[in-house]
Amino acid sequence: MSVDGHHHPAPMSPVEQRVAALQALLIERGLVPEGFIEEITHRYESEIGPMNGAKVVARAWVDPGYKQRLLAEGTAAIAELGLGGAEGDHMVVVENTPAVHNVIVCTLCSCYPWPVLGLPPAWYKDAPYRARMVREPRTLLAEMGCQLPGDTEIRVWDSSAEVRYLVLPERPPGTEGMTEAELAGLVTRDSMIGVARL
Amino acid sequence: MQGFGAVGHSPAEPAFHDRWEAVARALVVAVSSAVEASGGEFRHSIERMEPGHYLTSSYYEHWLTAAATLAVEHGLVTRSELEVRAGGRFPLSGPVLAPPVADAGPDIDEPRFGPGDRVRVRDWHPPGHTRCPRYVRGKTGVVVRVDGVHSVPDVEAHGAARRREPTYSVKFDAADLWGDGQRGVSVHADLWDSYLERP
Repeated sequence: MSVDGHHHPAPMSPVEQRVAALQALLIERGLVPEGFIEEITHRYESEIGPMNGAKVVARAWVDPGYKQRLLAEGTAAIAELGLGGAEGDHMVVVENTPAVHNVIVCTLCSCYPWPVLGLPPAWYKDAPYRARMVREPRTLLAEMGCQLPGDTEIRVWDSSAEVRYLVLPERPPGTEGMTEAELAGLVTRDSMIGVARL
Repeated sequence: MQGFGAVGHSPAEPAFHDRWEAVARALVVAVSSAVEASGGEFRHSIERMEPGHYLTSSYYEHWLTAAATLAVEHGLVTRSELEVRAGGRFPLSGPVLAPPVADAGPDIDEPRFGPGDRVRVRDWHPPGHTRCPRYVRGKTGVVVRVDGVHSVPDVEAHGAARRREPTYSVKFDAADLWGDGQRGVSVHADLWDSYLERP
């Protein structure tokens, strides 16, 4: 609140001015229906996100038959939980084991399995991650806090065509008594990208 | 491209950091649907950004630039309208350098390769859009999966023509890619049939 009693919003940055310019022109041409922006924002902020992938992982941990289907036919098994859609039409799930660690990247842009993980975090889309995860994954994983024994095999998956990947992390020890919902609460976004182990 | 520093990683990140990012994202959907842009055409409109602008701007600024570029190229708005409304310069992506694809050639329905086959990635440098990452070109790997038949982005980015081909997941030994002796690391790229040849 300023001395004249009126609220003065912060001046728009150049990029905000450009967004506002394109938005106004498209609205004038009838290309942005009322409520369209709010609907899209709501979908990506609230309806999709890593909580969906966590349910898939927890189900696979408690149900060996489901896990088998998930690794064999990812898209169909994920659809069993009511999940699917854009950027999830061709899902491949890769399993971490004590000997093998999987990690996902998109070197060319930002491909990511939206129905199970939501929109990708900024670091996933920025040049350092995209360049370095294929060049020196062991070093980069360690830098990001994922220290692997030297003899762990690392498999990097570059989402360069239509398949989108999900990492199935190992079930942590000491979780035998937990319910499926409790297990889902342990599963992080980073563990399903493969930049962390649980 | 290499030589980047640390990844600015944080475990919990919102879908959008600012309101304008969500608006930019929605505007991409509005423009893409109005001009019926293929995935290839949309991605290429980002790749055509001036390299300095691309590397120094955020992800959603890329999307904004792509949406505005496609809107201008397809006649929805003009650049001068955008600059008048924005009250300043409105950088757009550069022109398409590759000629339009008139004849896409026949679809390929049957995979040429199967799991276990050794393949080499063609070493070529197309002037337009491609989904063949540079770091695997000329390299030899092994097919680990065949993923069905999909529209070739190199074609769909450059006109109304379409060609469909099988894609494969191809496994490369990281030491072969980078020549640095790193051990126990494989990198898999997903590649269209026409990117590959028999070694």
